[in-house]
Amino acid sequence: MSAAASAPSRRARLADAWWEYRQSPVAVIALAIVVLLLAAAFLAPLFAPQDPYDQAALDLFDARLEPGSVGGGGYVHLIGTDGMGRDLFSAILYGLRVSFTVGIAAGAVALALGASVGLVAAYYGGRIEALIMRTIDLQLSMPAILLALVLVAVLGQGMGPLIVALVAAQYAYFARTTHGAASAERRKDYIEAALSTPLPARRVLFKHLLPNALPPLIVVATVQVANAIALEATLSFLGLGLPMTEPSLGTLISNGFQYLLSGRYWISIYPGLVLMVLVVSINLVGDQVRHVLNPRRGR
Amino acid sequence: MSDVVLSVQGLETAFSTRAGTFKAVDGVSFDVGRGEIVGLVGESGSGKSVTGYSILGLVEPPGRIVGGRVELDGENLLALAPEKMRRMRGARVAMVFQDPMMTLNPVLRIGTQMIAAVRAHDPVSKADARTRARDALGIVGIPSPEERLDAYPHQLSGGMRQRVAIATALLHRPAVIIADEPTTALDVSIQGQILAEVRRLADETGTAFVWITHDLAVVSSLADKVCVMYAGRIVERGPADDVIASPRHPYTAGLLASVPSLHEPGAPLPQVPGSAPPPLQRPEGCAFRPRCARASEACLADPPLATFDDARRAALCHHPIEPDAWTSFSTSTASRNAS
Amino acid sequence: MIGFLIQRLIQAIAVVFVMSLIVFVGVYAIGNPIDVLIDPAADQALREALIRQYGFDQPLPVQYVTFLGNMLTGDFGESFVYRLPVLDLILSRLPATLELALSAMLIATLVGIPLGIWAGYKPDSLSAKLIMGFSVLGFSVPTFWVGLLLIMVFAVELGWLPSGGRGPTQEVMGVDVSILTGEGLSHILLPAFNLALFKLGLLIRLARAGMVEVMSSDFVRFARAQGLPERQVVSLHVLKNIAIPIVTVFGLEFGSTLAFAVVTETIFNWPGMGKLIIDSIMLLDRPVMVAYLILVVILFVTINLVVDLTYGQLDPRIRTKGAA
Repeated sequence: MSAAASAPSRRARLADAWWEYRQSPVAVIALAIVVLLLAAAFLAPLFAPQDPYDQAALDLFDARLEPGSVGGGGYVHLIGTDGMGRDLFSAILYGLRVSFTVGIAAGAVALALGASVGLVAAYYGGRIEALIMRTIDLQLSMPAILLALVLVAVLGQGMGPLIVALVAAQYAYFARTTHGAASAERRKDYIEAALSTPLPARRVLFKHLLPNALPPLIVVATVQVANAIALEATLSFLGLGLPMTEPSLGTLISNGFQYLLSGRYWISIYPGLVLMVLVVSINLVGDQVRHVLNPRRGR
Repeated sequence: MSDVVLSVQGLETAFSTRAGTFKAVDGVSFDVGRGEIVGLVGESGSGKSVTGYSILGLVEPPGRIVGGRVELDGENLLALAPEKMRRMRGARVAMVFQDPMMTLNPVLRIGTQMIAAVRAHDPVSKADARTRARDALGIVGIPSPEERLDAYPHQLSGGMRQRVAIATALLHRPAVIIADEPTTALDVSIQGQILAEVRRLADETGTAFVWITHDLAVVSSLADKVCVMYAGRIVERGPADDVIASPRHPYTAGLLASVPSLHEPGAPLPQVPGSAPPPLQRPEGCAFRPRCARASEACLADPPLATFDDARRAALCHHPIEPDAWTSFSTSTASRNAS
Repeated sequence: MIGFLIQRLIQAIAVVFVMSLIVFVGVYAIGNPIDVLIDPAADQALREALIRQYGFDQPLPVQYVTFLGNMLTGDFGESFVYRLPVLDLILSRLPATLELALSAMLIATLVGIPLGIWAGYKPDSLSAKLIMGFSVLGFSVPTFWVGLLLIMVFAVELGWLPSGGRGPTQEVMGVDVSILTGEGLSHILLPAFNLALFKLGLLIRLARAGMVEVMSSDFVRFARAQGLPERQVVSLHVLKNIAIPIVTVFGLEFGSTLAFAVVTETIFNWPGMGKLIIDSIMLLDRPVMVAYLILVVILFVTINLVVDLTYGQLDPRIRTKGAA
């Protein structure tokens, strides 16, 4: 098929996919929420009343103020302040930034690594494939949280170690998905034919094997970004993720937990609500994308 | 035919999809006599399988029966309440499917599945049900049936599995069995054995068969009568031997011409040009018009039902083929019979 | 069958061996255990004596071989923090975690599978859509956050249930259990539900997917064509078929439930293994971490083995292959 012929058909396919996606109003709302939260996170400095990383601006007299109170800064704390006197609204916006950064970075690296491993296994086949996939399967049978927990303990706190831990816990999903799709394609006759010609290997890899793995990879990537965000929050909640000076949503929730029993619910609840809405929305988007990309949908 | 057990009259089954609604079965009528084998022939998408499912009331959404009658011994099945229809299925009218790998539950023993089928209609003890299941296996020619009852489906060959399915359908001695391409997935030699077995069963037990197939060769060796379906309609019906010896509808003629075993060896096989229209794009008038060499202006209108041989035969066509126009072809049929 | 069993056993032992090596080397990299063990004010001679006593002066391979040898005799070393044999320490926490995980799996199974089957039987009904919405919540909302909400609603606001701890336990055949008393039950209810939620969401999806697939299979059509009552079509033909993937996942998920108990135990202050491992990570209590991880690996491998064998029992196609 020539490029001229495939371009409109690709646009038509996209339009068709979008039409299919819109069939679920819930999924459309979820997508809108994700976009809105992304925008809020990355534009945070523009409208957050306070820079939560600026330790000097924090006033302990403002700690644990109820939603709606006016603090020392002279502005209204819409949803109150946390245990360190941070404006919770600002802290949540910046926390979202951190959560998104970690989630997307971990998801992207895990995607690249996992897809490469899966492609290599599918391309070479034989013993290499068996060894790689056995390892992957073994790792997948272990819960991701344990692996991440140990790695964070080994590597220490902070954004970098956290992303490494998340990638290590998640790349296997991408590897398995890629391998599944690519090896099914690998067994087809035309690939065997292409391999028997002096065609460079990367042409087969990138022109035939990878595109076939792409639809399931998109679905897995969506879900894994949500999982990375949730896992990061969990690790931070357990005190093994990001420190209180650079709070993610999980750190904020963890910090508020100690005040929960004394009735100062807002410190935990608001960041938690944002986290929940975010993770559920991404998952709903992923569900609908899975539905749209399902090759069996047409039947 | 005085002894009609199953009479399908003007049956219509529609499917609603995103792109629109179409009638997979569009006014199908035929009669089946006691112990008779009726071949329902057509290519895939012609509506022959949906006709079968409609008779049993097993059409699944988005499909829906929208018109007609299905009379079993004079009783209209389509008017029955779901529970009454359930009591009919398996007891008075049964069905066998194409793929014997798929129709038996892989995780249950043959006996378990057959005993459940017996007890679905007769409240007998498990031991009695087992005896009946064993006898049914014997009737369809399965050796050492007692042992087969304890086997799992994967332990049997494809032909054996299909015999088990037929035996299950026969458990309650139904008046009619609808068989949906039951031998298509089998080797030709096994297919021949099963066809002979079915012929014998129809003669001995008086059970009638509606044999759904795309293979005219099967019909020629098995069926008493044949109905040829195209785009949801029966375009030709009549006694099997007559229809094969001298087809009246151009589509039937085209199908016959492309059956290798009915043809001169070595000669190129003629094909029906083009392909069947997608259900939502059926042409006005005669649906076969675009592929038909005999088509004319008249074919833009709905084709009339032309009857022949004292109404024993009929064709849905503006320009049915005259008997003598077919002589060139019948010689090749004759040479096959002579050899 | 025997050959199959032996082959699986050898694989399992190999996996445990490899994992023990990875865990040992991995954990070896954490901090310097001597700083944890020894009072910084201690003099040099004492330090060196202790280092020699624990074998830290040996090269890593030697340390590993020593460790492996001890492990085979059931000796995982002594906790730096508690000064107790690690195995005893972990085993003393095991019943609490097992009780929690089993209760959670019980809730997830008893609620999730019927809901999933219903949602798969009537996939277009409103109730099915509500069930599926609930399952999305179940497996996407982070466990720790649900735990927090549960505490806030049922312990803080309503005051119906305790916010943490295990409550009184009773000894049954040498094992402490809390579900036998009303007080104990009230303590386990929230954490068990919290831990169950993720599996609940998963089991609903799984049961639904299996149901949808099996309901559209030819053998269900054939069973209907035989006039089997709908109830029997489901109970005889469908349930056993969907049981196969569910048993598999149930087994595998039981292991991950034990692992996820880490989070729930921390929130509800449940005195199980999960809380122990978090505490030992915080305190760099190396022997506890290594032993915990290796025990988890052994547990996982055992569960995988059991699942494989059960799977064969349920699916006659695999059973006969194994016998051949």
